[in-house]
Amino acid sequence: MHSQLTIRSLEEKALAIRRGIIEIMSNGKRGHLGGSLSIADIIAALYFHQMRIDPTNPNWEDRDRFVLSKGHSVLAQYVALAELGFFPREELKEVKKIGSILQGHPDRLKTPGIEASTGSLGQGLSIACGMALGAKIKRKDFRTYVIVGDGESTEGMVWEAAIFASHYKLDNLTGITDQNRLMASGSTIVGSLVSKWRAFGWETKEIDGHNMSEILDALDWALTVKNRPVMLVCNTIKGRGISFVENNVDFHHCALTPEQYEKAVKELSEKGGKNNV
Amino acid sequence: MCSREDMRDAYGDALVQIGEDPRVVVLDADLSHSNKTDIFKKKYPKRFFDVGIAESNMVGVAAGLSLTGLIPFIHTFSVFAVGRVYDQIRISVCYQKANVKIVGTSAGLSDAHDGATHQSVDDVTLARVLPNMTVIAPCDGIEVRKAVRAIYDHFGPVYLRINRMPVPFVWESMENCQFKIGKANCLKEGSDVTIIASGSTVHLAVKAANQTSKIGMKAEVLDMHTIKPIDEDAILKAAKKTGALVTVEEHSVIGALGGAVAEVLGEKYPAPLERIGIKDMFGESALNWGELLNAHNITVEAIVDAAKKVHQRK
Repeated sequence: MHSQLTIRSLEEKALAIRRGIIEIMSNGKRGHLGGSLSIADIIAALYFHQMRIDPTNPNWEDRDRFVLSKGHSVLAQYVALAELGFFPREELKEVKKIGSILQGHPDRLKTPGIEASTGSLGQGLSIACGMALGAKIKRKDFRTYVIVGDGESTEGMVWEAAIFASHYKLDNLTGITDQNRLMASGSTIVGSLVSKWRAFGWETKEIDGHNMSEILDALDWALTVKNRPVMLVCNTIKGRGISFVENNVDFHHCALTPEQYEKAVKELSEKGGKNNV
Repeated sequence: MCSREDMRDAYGDALVQIGEDPRVVVLDADLSHSNKTDIFKKKYPKRFFDVGIAESNMVGVAAGLSLTGLIPFIHTFSVFAVGRVYDQIRISVCYQKANVKIVGTSAGLSDAHDGATHQSVDDVTLARVLPNMTVIAPCDGIEVRKAVRAIYDHFGPVYLRINRMPVPFVWESMENCQFKIGKANCLKEGSDVTIIASGSTVHLAVKAANQTSKIGMKAEVLDMHTIKPIDEDAILKAAKKTGALVTVEEHSVIGALGGAVAEVLGEKYPAPLERIGIKDMFGESALNWGELLNAHNITVEAIVDAAKKVHQRK
């Protein structure tokens, strides 16, 4: 159980991440809007509460690791990293410009705070398994977190990694599925992920990926599981927070018109909280 | 020491040697007996992991291990080591400069019995086109041992390609073999033609050079163990000296050693070139490796003929 103060504060962080994403997409800049908005609450919980990280020492050996396997949703992560001071907030204006440290997909060699380069779907969970196994080999107690998309979970490699993590008892790995039920072109075809992860030997819990209290409780619960990896299947809404973007695949990867941008800013400002993270 | 050694045996020994470093971790995809990684497994069981028949995941896990400061060596047959997991190597290894060593065994046609599905004709080309990748094909058991040590010392992605059959020693001893990544070794001096070979075919090139000397043609032999980065200086020096070159490899002639040499010559010092290798086709089953090499014209006689031909084209 977490205090109302903690929950409220993290909800504000999530709201500010959403505002930051829209700000990046001002002036018609294209971005993967829907999937970035669906993970905003989870990203807020991980970066502003759960993970052991030190922005002043990004290469700290004992830090928790985070892999965004659905790398196209990186805008949410960029806003969080900027707020934490991994790089100056002004860099957010440079996203995807030539020479920028902020690429269209996560690039660990260019962006402080990014742990793994991803973007070709299906690969991040295996990388996270390697990090978790590395911690065990080196007898380190850091934890590895990974967000996988439900659309992405159609990739066969995800299930190779599922078998591996289960067999090698990677109980220092918390998997998070962003189950927004939509891929780029429509509904996902992946079927029941909860039953699949259970069948693959993962301790699995289904939660509301926009309910901060549930997210925090589930992340804590994951720490108590022994001898098995954990998968939190988070029910989310693609485009969460902006009415005309929610559940609309037209906004999977898009540019906002000036009118849409103004409407998005207005809707988010009406949700209260501070204007910045 | 006997006159030939299976490169895999040399590899298994060399891997155990570098295993003294606790950062070395070995992954295999259900081929540890064939790949001789079972020797490492026996000595360092806590740093050996069989991923099952799941090569894609093996590449990703290795990338993750390397990002925690470990040095993973991953293993499968050459035919699966690059092509089957090309995108995983491209993004999870090369793009993020992960310190992963990819070892492909049973290279070329050396898994004769199993046929085309188990024979790698394209792996070097595929590996070579990837940014940040180093590609090495040693010629004998001694060079395998040297190469393993060298790639362990080198930080960054490497593809190491080794055969499965016993091959004659090209080198007399470990002391005698100087191995530096990216630097060709001159095995025989000559002034009329240069034969550049890599991997299992180097010993054929040496024999061919001995034969051409009997007909008065002095052939120089270069052991081009590193196909990327290719030793441009050695190629240009040879082109200027002999003006006629032959490449030899147990691989498609497209885009691998023959292709790399042609690129250097074409841009910097055009000179006649003949390429010995597999001619844009798949392999097939055969009861022994030699028979298959003969069928693909990867023989001493073919190299001698190519040397004569390229010499006439000067």
